[in-house]
Amino acid sequence: MANACAVVGVGQTRHAARRDDVSIAGLVREAAERALEDAGMEWADIDAVVLGKAPDFFEGVMMPELYLAPALGGVGKPMIRVHTAGSVGGSTALVAANLVRGGVHSRVLTVAFEKQSDADAMWALSSPQPFSPPLLAGAGGYFAPLIRAYMRRSGAPSHIGMLVAVKDRQQALLNPYAHLHMEDISLEMVEQSPMLWDPIRYLETCPSSDGACAMVLADAPTARSVAASSAAQGRSPAWIHGAAMRSEPTMFSGRDQVDPRASRDCVADVYRQAGISDPIDEIDCAEVYVPFSWFEPMWLESLGFSPTGEGWKLTESGDTKLGGRIPWNMSGGVLSSNPIGASGMLRFGEAALQVRRAAGEHQVDGARCALGHAYGGGSQFFSMWILRDTEP
Amino acid sequence: MSRDVAVVAFAQTPMVRRSEDANEVELVMPVVNEVLEATGLTISDIGFTVSGSTDYLMGVPFSFVGALDAVGAWPPIEESHVEMDGAWALYEAWVRLQLGDIDTALVYCFGKSSPSASLAELLSLQLDPYVMAPLWPDALSVAALQARAGLDAGLYTEADMAAVAARSRTSAASNGSAQLRGSAPADVLLEEPYLVAPLRRHDCPPVTDGSAAVILAAADTARRLASRPAWIRGIDHRIETHSLGARDLSSSPSTVAAARHAGAFGPGPGDAPRADVDLAEVHAPFSHQELILRGALGLGEEVPVNLSGGALAANALMVAGLVRIGETARRLWSGEANRALAHATSGPCLQQNLVCVMEGE
Repeated sequence: MANACAVVGVGQTRHAARRDDVSIAGLVREAAERALEDAGMEWADIDAVVLGKAPDFFEGVMMPELYLAPALGGVGKPMIRVHTAGSVGGSTALVAANLVRGGVHSRVLTVAFEKQSDADAMWALSSPQPFSPPLLAGAGGYFAPLIRAYMRRSGAPSHIGMLVAVKDRQQALLNPYAHLHMEDISLEMVEQSPMLWDPIRYLETCPSSDGACAMVLADAPTARSVAASSAAQGRSPAWIHGAAMRSEPTMFSGRDQVDPRASRDCVADVYRQAGISDPIDEIDCAEVYVPFSWFEPMWLESLGFSPTGEGWKLTESGDTKLGGRIPWNMSGGVLSSNPIGASGMLRFGEAALQVRRAAGEHQVDGARCALGHAYGGGSQFFSMWILRDTEP
Repeated sequence: MSRDVAVVAFAQTPMVRRSEDANEVELVMPVVNEVLEATGLTISDIGFTVSGSTDYLMGVPFSFVGALDAVGAWPPIEESHVEMDGAWALYEAWVRLQLGDIDTALVYCFGKSSPSASLAELLSLQLDPYVMAPLWPDALSVAALQARAGLDAGLYTEADMAAVAARSRTSAASNGSAQLRGSAPADVLLEEPYLVAPLRRHDCPPVTDGSAAVILAAADTARRLASRPAWIRGIDHRIETHSLGARDLSSSPSTVAAARHAGAFGPGPGDAPRADVDLAEVHAPFSHQELILRGALGLGEEVPVNLSGGALAANALMVAGLVRIGETARRLWSGEANRALAHATSGPCLQQNLVCVMEGE
């Protein structure tokens, strides 16, 4: 039986297209110091550090945990570097959580980052695919056909993606850390933006960001004492009630890339652990990896918030807005901030902020149960957790 | 109290200078199949799978994604990846098994350095990107700084270094997977010119392509899968600061700390700890690093080190650390040893070190 584990501190940087004001070390330290401050801890309180990021080519530094060890207070401690493609921010948090759940450590700092302005991420994301002509330019080139398949299968009207693009940018206006703050965002503006990978328009795409996210994970005795201390200011620990990862191969005949089985299996596992049978009613809010607008309705279905083919109806009716029946991506999501290696951890961290009721202006009233989600590769790597404000 | 976990299967490819056309899948698939066959398990029986590799060797982002095809991850599996040596992947698997809900884990790793025109120069990209990497200090020159620090401190001589090289490659003669098997005597090696002073060619590791895989199993499952499992009694890893100028390169405090946390040291005076083991496999790509590690671990003359030949005989990056654990486990399974130590390293000049203490039982 795994030990209980809770998030007791969350920190993130201001995300921007370029953070020329800081080095890579400065960027990760900005997030880590905020997480420690949120936990009321010092560097010396931390037992181990788990770092995650996407391909090293994004910054041109090979295995940067080596260089970042002193900046992250890792000297003399165990330090692990995780890389699981786009899901890495989520899986990094889960690797860190396992150090606590497995009884190895009591207080673990986990950090994920990307400083994409140091290189051209789009080309690092244009991996040649087997048996395919080398025409792929960026992740959107890979995902556009999946979106078209979803539209054909579900019969969703063509404006659904644009609704997500507007909603997430409006919610980002409530998040001071978000990269995009588009005061004048509108449906017309999204519609008139250039078509990049049909049906994905420019404003239906995530930005390329510099940024980092960090969390302090703690065992039950530590989490209880942090919660009782004055530093907590009444914020509850965000207790892990379910955590899971799943992977499947990129390509094989018969694979359903629109609604991957690894996604279905992963979410079934976290719901089973958390005792959730009806996610839309039992979960108060979800922060889900939506890098292209149409992935909101696609994941609404895959994650069991709606029957297959009807996820777009929740988006269309406004149920996924802040104040709606099931708010999704309260922070503005990946569509508003996308330091790739950190994007998954930002989702996991936002879920923690919500149940800690520390999300500021984008707080969901009375949130007590939240889903954090990340995916990566060709819709093949998944990591998820369910957090509640009560100890399991 | 940690849950009992053991190494029950290990496989490695022949370690070669150039694996020609083999891609990630072709490198990994033989070793994954070998450990599954050795245990009679299928991928669906495995509770957790984790791999170690680094994109910079293959020169493509997400090279681990392709390697996943070697496993046959269908139905979907619980799987993770570290951008580190497979020894750290094994550590993540050991941690995962501590949760108690699964009983087996598959660990694999691969490293193909042959596509690189200069591996030594490539590794300069591991250094601080603002103040060190732009100067392109290659890996041999960085290691030479460390070798010199140890010589200047009077810890060893160039003859001691040559003796390590000769002994390692002579031992490797009986290791069918090793790349360099056999060596001229140490006094002959010392007649060679310096490559980067004080390192001669024999002090440096070969450039190697290869892969390896391990299966871990917990408690009763381990006893069922192996007649004499290699039980992990302690495993820990520690990192030092990055800046070479801020470190005493002639010592390895992170190895000492990892060994202490892994319970490697027997009872005795704290100042001069001695690893209480029958034999050890240490991941020392350069000859002088074995001497530094012997000092850090307190391995006396009587403890055989690197009977496999070690990293001087085959040094597939991201693989050689896990191979140390696998080679150690083999000698515990056979009864050749009862208690042994395996070590892995990462980064320039032994910056990060892992120690795994195992017992055959």
